[in-house]
This record gives sequence, structure tokens and C-alpha cells, in this order.
Amino acid sequence: MGWLRRLFSRERLEADLDKELRFHFENQVADKVRSGIAENEARRLTRIEFGGIEQIKEDCRERRGTMWLESLVQDLRYALRILGKSPGFSVIAILTMALGIGATTAIFSLVDATLLHPLPYPHPEELVRIEDDLPGAGATDAGTSIPEWKDLQRSGIFQYVVLEIFGSANLTGVSQPSRMQYEGVSPAYFEMLGVKPQLGHTFDAQDQTPSIAPDVVISDGLWKRVFGSDPHIVGRSLRGDNDLYRVIGVMPPGFHDPGRTVDERNTEQWAALGFSDDPAQAPNRRLRLPVEMVGRLKPGLTLAAAQSQMDALVASLQKQFPDDYPADSRWTVRLVPLNENVVGNVRQSLILLLGAVALVLLIGCVNVANLLLARASARSREMAVRQALGAARQRLVRQLLTESLLLSLLGGVAGLVILFCMKGFLLRLIPESLPRLNDLSISWTVMLFALAVSIAAGVIFGLAPARQAGRVDLAHVLRMEGRGSKGSTQQTRARRALVVTEFALSLVLMVAAGLLLRSFWDLYKAPLGFNPQHVMSVQSWLPSPNDPKTDIYGTAAQEAVLARELLRRSRLLPGVQEAALGSEPSIPLQHDGNPSQIIVEGGQAQSKQPPLAERSDVTPEYFHLLKIPVLRGRLFNDGDDENAPLVAVINQAMARTYWRGEDPLGKRLMVGRGRVGVGLRARKTWITIVGVIADARTESLANASVPEIYLSLYQDTPKELAIFLRGDLNASAIPEEVRTMVQSVDPELPVYGAQTLDDAVSLSLEQRRFSMDIVAAFAITALLLAMLGIYGVISYIVNERTRDIGIRLALGAQRAKIMAMVLRQGLGLAMAGAALGLVGSVIVSHLMAGLLYGVMPIDPLTLAGVTLVLTGVALAACYIPARRAMRVDPMIALRYE
Amino acid sequence: MRNTDDKFDLPQGTLDLLIMRVVALGPIHGYAIAQRIQQISRDALQVQQGSLYPALHRLEYKKLLSSRWKPSETGREAKFYELTSRGRAHLKVETENWTRLTDVVSLILKETLEGI
Repeated sequence: MGWLRRLFSRERLEADLDKELRFHFENQVADKVRSGIAENEARRLTRIEFGGIEQIKEDCRERRGTMWLESLVQDLRYALRILGKSPGFSVIAILTMALGIGATTAIFSLVDATLLHPLPYPHPEELVRIEDDLPGAGATDAGTSIPEWKDLQRSGIFQYVVLEIFGSANLTGVSQPSRMQYEGVSPAYFEMLGVKPQLGHTFDAQDQTPSIAPDVVISDGLWKRVFGSDPHIVGRSLRGDNDLYRVIGVMPPGFHDPGRTVDERNTEQWAALGFSDDPAQAPNRRLRLPVEMVGRLKPGLTLAAAQSQMDALVASLQKQFPDDYPADSRWTVRLVPLNENVVGNVRQSLILLLGAVALVLLIGCVNVANLLLARASARSREMAVRQALGAARQRLVRQLLTESLLLSLLGGVAGLVILFCMKGFLLRLIPESLPRLNDLSISWTVMLFALAVSIAAGVIFGLAPARQAGRVDLAHVLRMEGRGSKGSTQQTRARRALVVTEFALSLVLMVAAGLLLRSFWDLYKAPLGFNPQHVMSVQSWLPSPNDPKTDIYGTAAQEAVLARELLRRSRLLPGVQEAALGSEPSIPLQHDGNPSQIIVEGGQAQSKQPPLAERSDVTPEYFHLLKIPVLRGRLFNDGDDENAPLVAVINQAMARTYWRGEDPLGKRLMVGRGRVGVGLRARKTWITIVGVIADARTESLANASVPEIYLSLYQDTPKELAIFLRGDLNASAIPEEVRTMVQSVDPELPVYGAQTLDDAVSLSLEQRRFSMDIVAAFAITALLLAMLGIYGVISYIVNERTRDIGIRLALGAQRAKIMAMVLRQGLGLAMAGAALGLVGSVIVSHLMAGLLYGVMPIDPLTLAGVTLVLTGVALAACYIPARRAMRVDPMIALRYE
Repeated sequence: MRNTDDKFDLPQGTLDLLIMRVVALGPIHGYAIAQRIQQISRDALQVQQGSLYPALHRLEYKKLLSSRWKPSETGREAKFYELTSRGRAHLKVETENWTRLTDVVSLILKETLEGI
């Protein structure tokens, strides 16, 4: 531990060293005196013989072995002093870094929360979704049969295999009826996910009781919202679709089902379904249940290994049961990691954001590097003197690097602090469609990232000035006369290169922002095909109890009675001019796509994709209310009820896709249920097309050509309903008025989800707007930084050449010409930067192509516009130094030494 | 090491060897070491402070020498260096190496000289 002792008793060691050398000195003097030289002369001679005492001391210190730590501490103290001496510079540099590092860290924590740890379960990498495909029969994700499920459980690939069915139910038996998402799961569900309840308990994984058990587990959100966080919740009863259930447990806050859609993830009640076959019959492999399967792989089993074991199992089952798995259906089972569909569509946006913010950080670094370079030229005398006094070049470089690192670390800390304080504000900016973002936590990973970025930044911008310092030509600098020295051409070149880079990077960012802006604008302005103004939609649910005999809206006729009554009363509400009813998919821009399979009469299998269309049920008034024009044939009328032949109205996209070149009127088809659709019956009888309407962007703002088919609501029994109202509506009063009206018809029906269609439209633009806003903010920051950069460099150049300018003016040059010269210099830099940036932006916009709508990646308008803006900014930045150049007084300049 | 006309350069490892040899004779301080070397070599070798002290500190760091502050012959306190057991072993090995090296070099030089 000698070195430790040496470190801490540095004072004493220094004193010792001094004493030792002094002893030698005195002895040498004494010797000289003894040989007859006078004391003063002896001292003088000895001093010469000794040489540089400090140098000797330094060499001795180096032998001590704690040099690096001591010099580090020394460097830090020196760096702090230097930074303190020029507070203006330090503050600017630290703030620039804080901005860059803070922004980068913020985006990274977003990425961290959503892409890196999207699943809050233990060992999430073991969780997979199990999907059965029968491509030969045109089915993907076709569910499974009970015997097959048991085979999977026994296969040795999984620890657990769980079946899930999603649905919604009316929650009654509580103070206010509402609708809730529920999920029926096989009992091993909670054990598989590995999350314990906060109250009560969950299902026993061994429980095999068939059909639906009356015990349910509820979510924290439901517990707080409906039951007011009742501490005696366990044992309370509730009714779902009029069936009685008992609450046995509450899940902790933040627990979500890892579902594919937002609705699935918002599951608030879990019921245990004991899936089993009828014991009296032989196991039926052909009866596929419409379930989703999630499994947890055995620990240590990779996905690839599991998939190959699964393929082997499939092959063996096919051989064992050839009748149940006909060869031409080409049955396969796919294992998909669970987090795939949670983050899929967000990944690209987040990576774009990360790229953008990294660019901003880079620009910030470049700016600080420029600032440091400017200061380096001012400090070149200091460096020269130190070297003349014997400092090693390497030591100086190390010390400058320490300064830069200190700067960037301080910036990083400042950035983290700012981020922390602004957490709340930032969270409010983020659209809800980004998954699981209730907590922008600053975890250890994020802090580590911030540290790494700070260090990297410090090294990046510290390198240039540090190298410059190392290369200082001592003699020249020490002889230097005042500021007009040209000794730093290398430096100026470096600074120019930096500014060009800055401009290039800013250009890239601005082009990205411009493209996003145009894309967003186009989307925003795209003709909707329907008119959302003055329209509101309100939703309700009809119950679907387990015993169909108790369903009061079980037939189309029964439901039609309700529908007509609701319409009649809706028209009486204040301000309402038109009213219509539809199933939930008929609400524009409401939900993720849920296509149903269709079978076209006389149609051949056209492609590998089974024919699909978005299906919804509506009353006749729907099209007129939304102002969707009919192009051929007719719309529904009241005569299209349960006694009349089944009719449908399709849109142009569907007509084009399935009856190209023919008249679709009179053609027939069959339509399925869709993946999520309670109460929508698969129509196994032929439906006749009676009308064609124009394409409208009711499914997605970005795509008007989604095939859609509408059925008459009076001929079907959709359980999820929407009431549409058009008129001079009071948006705050309508929800309550509609609720009163609906519950006056049937008090058990919940009423919720009231919104204006204008809001629905802007909501669907939300995520794009968010990306665009952020990238635009970054681009503006980058531009400001670049402007500062160019201003700095041009100012410096003008300063350097004051004498030149003075001479020219004295020789009769026009002042305007001088200004033009300076402006030309600045413009030259900007152009070089623009050229570089254009290349970069072409590359970047190709990478971004997936996020753009309707805008080609190489959009000449955007590129030209951005280049113009950049040129303007460059000119503006050069203006002040140019004027200063113009105003140089030749007398003063020439006299300036 | 500075040298004047009739003095010559010493490679660094050799300086360590000489220092250790001198210290082996008993506890001694830096100044005395310089004196001793100069004396024994009959003024041919003059060790400069700039080489001596760094070498002493390095040898101490490598645990080949140990040091103690004691009053010197003049009454002032001085730092006295002693050879450690490790140092003693090191000295023996290095001396053998040196002797072997010089013998070989002399041999080669003699041969070639005679050849000329």
C-alpha cells in the first residue's frame, strides 16, 4: 500500500524531496567554500551546476508512480480555474452541451422505456406469441384446438401455454354502468406472466374447472375508477353482461396485458376459463377456438431452437393425424416474440428522433469545438511559455483534454438536471399512442448513457484544440506581435472545416424536418371523403350474456326495435339535425384495422392473401350524415330489414379490387366476422351488392383505398354501437344528454366515448405531429447553432485580416467591395456546407421514407427551400462582421502592431 | 549525464549498477554517493544531480533501496540509502551480467582489431 501512503502524504514527500536536494546543494557550496571560493560565488556556481531544480524534482516525482492521479487532480484544479476566469465562454459552452446532452438523454430514455424494456414481466425474452397459420385455407392466426393445446403443453418447449379470449362487457352492479375490457384466460396466465397481485390472489394454475368460473381479477385502474379503491374489494360482486362475478384479487398499478391492440392492453378484468373439450366425445382437433395463445419458453431455450422443435412437433402431428391436418392446408405454427407487436410501429419514429437529436448534439459539439479553438489561439502564448519552461507536449494535450471533459461533464450534469425539472412538461407533450409512457423515469441505464455521451462529446470537441496546442511552434509564437498573426492558418482551416460540417448537419436536419412538415401538411389537407364538422359520435354496448336465451337483443328484429327507438329519440335532442346508428367499426379513424374475410361469388383465389375488407353495420342515414356520396346504385333504406334479402354497400376501392372492370352491382359475396367482433355474425348466406360509395379516409388518414363493405344494421346484431349526431351541437352537454336518452330506453346500457369527429381526425394525426414538432425544434436549434458558428468564424477572420483590410482601404478600395469580400467568404463556407449537406440529406431521407406520406424522399421543393433558408441565415450571420470590416479605419488598422 | 572532453557517457542501467554498488558498502546519502563515484573513478565520472536523484528515487520505488532520515556528519539531517536484500540479489545478478557482457564485447573487439 506504499503508493496509497505516497498519495496521501504528498505534502510530506514534497518537503522531503526539497530537503534532500537542498542538503546536496549546501554540501556542494560548502565544498567550494572550503576550496577557497567566496560564499556568493560558490552559491552562484553551484546553482549553475545544479541546473533546473524543478526539473529534477519533476523527474523524481515521476518515479514515484502516482503521477497520473496527481496530475489528474492538478489538471482538474487548473481546468476549473481556467473555466472560472472566462465565465461567459464557460456558460455558453456548458449550456450548449447541456442542451445537446439533455435532449439526447431525453430521447434515449424514451427509447429505453419503449424499445428496450417494453415488457414489465420477469424474463420477458421467454414470452412468445404462438400463432397457427393455415395458408392453404387462407387463414392466419387461426386459433387452436383443445387437443392441440394439450400437445403444446406437453411438448417440452414451454413452461406454460395460455389461451386468451378478449372481449368487452357491460359492467353493472356498481354505481355507474360502464363498459370494460375483459379477458378470458386459462388459469396459468398470471403464473406465466410472473406478476403478483397487490390485493387478494389470482387464479390457481392447476385449476381445470371447465367453462367460466365466477371469480375474476381486476386491474388497478378499474379498482380506483369504479370501486373507489375500496379496501374491502375482495369478495365484492359485480355483473359483467348481467352475469354475476366475484372479485378475488386486484393487480398492481402498471400491470398490462401484453396484447396486440390498445384495447387488449387496456384489459381491466380477467376471468378464468377452464378450456376443455366435451369429455363425452373424442378429442376434436378440427374445432379451432378463436383464441390467442401466449407461451413462456423453457429457460435457456432460444427462439430459433424453440421454433425448430415446434416445426418438428408440427411435422409429427401431421403424420399422426392426417385427416385433421390435411396436407394442402399447409399448417404451420409460428413463434413470435411478445414485444414485437407492442413496439413495431413506434420503432421507426423513435429511431428517427434519436438520429435527429444525435445530429443536434453533434452540431453542439462542433460549436463548442469552435469556441475552444478560438480560445486556443488566444492561449497559444500560455502554451508556448509552458513548453519553454519544460512542460511535455503530451502533458499539455492531456490537460486540455481534461478541460474539455470537465466542460462536457458539467454540461451533462446540467442537462440531466434540466431534464429532471422538465419531466412533467415533457410528458404532457407526448401523445398517448406511444405505449407505456406514464413514467419518463431516469433509470441507471439512462444516466450511464448520459455519462457516456458526455465523455464522447468532450473527447470529440476537445481533440481539435488539444492537437493544435501540441503543435504550437514555440519560437514563432513567443515572438508574435499582437493579434495580427497568421501563424494559425492551420487553426483557421480547422475552424472553417468545422463550420462547413455544422452547416451540412444543419441542412440534413432541416431537410428532414421539412419533409416531415410537408408530409404532415399533405396528410392534413388530404380530402377526407367525409365531412366531420358538426358531427359527434357516442358509443354504447349491448350486453352479450353467456346464456343466449337471456339476451334481449338476440335477434336482428329485437335489436332493430332498439335502434329505431334510439334514432327517434336522438332526433329530438337539442341542436340535432340528423342522426344515424352504426357498429363500432363505422366510427371514422377510431381503431386499428380489423378486416373480415370475404368470399366473392365466382371469384378465384387471386393471390396468397385471402380477400379481406373492413366491415361495419350502419343504418341508412349514415352515409348522408357523413356526406359520403353514392356513386352507383342505391343506399340502404328502411325496407332492408331482417325479412328482406341481405344487402351491402361497398366503396370504390373494394369494387376496384374485386370486380375490376365489371359492374359490382348485383354481384354476391359472403363475409366473415373479423378478428375482434362481438355479435357480428359471419354471414354464410350470399349478400347482394346494391350500391357503391366514394372512397373516404374512414380507416386511415394516410390511405383512402381501403376496401370497405357496409351491411344494414337492421339485418344484423352488432353489440358495439355508435350513435352519430350532426347539427349545432353543444359538445359539453351532448354526452350527458345522450346518456339520459339512451338510459331512458334501457337503463342498463352504458354510454361513453363521446367525441367530435374533428377531434377524432386530429387525434389520428397526433403521433405524426409529435414527431414533426420535435424534429422541427431540433432543426431550429441546429440552425441557430450553425448561425452562431458561422458568425464566430467570420468575425475571427475579419479580426485577423484587419491589417489587410486597412491596407486595401488605404490603397483606395471601395468599402462596399470589402463588405462583398467578407460576405463572399461566409457564403463560400455556407455553400460548401450545403453541398455536403445535400448529399447527407439524400441518404437520410431515403432512410426516412417509411415515415413520409405522399412526399418523395428527394423532394426538390424541400431541398431548394432549405438551401435558400440556409443561405439567408449565413448572409445574416456574416452581416455584422462584414459591416465591421467595412468600417475599419485604415489609420488605426495600419498603426496596429 | 553531462560529460566534458575526457569524460564519457554512461548508459542508464549502468548508473543504477554503480549506485547500488556504492550503496552496498553501507548507508550513504546522495551527495556522498556522487562524491564516491567521482573519487573512485578518479574524476572520470561526474554524476549530475539531474541523473542521480531520479535514479535513486526509482531504485527506491522498485524496492531495491530503502531510505531513512538520519543526522549526517555535518549535523544536518540527510536521507540515507541502504541496499535491501532484494537489492543485494539484484546487484549480484546485474554485476555478473555486466562482466559477461564486457568480456564478450572485448573479445569481439580484440578479434576484429587483430583482423584489421
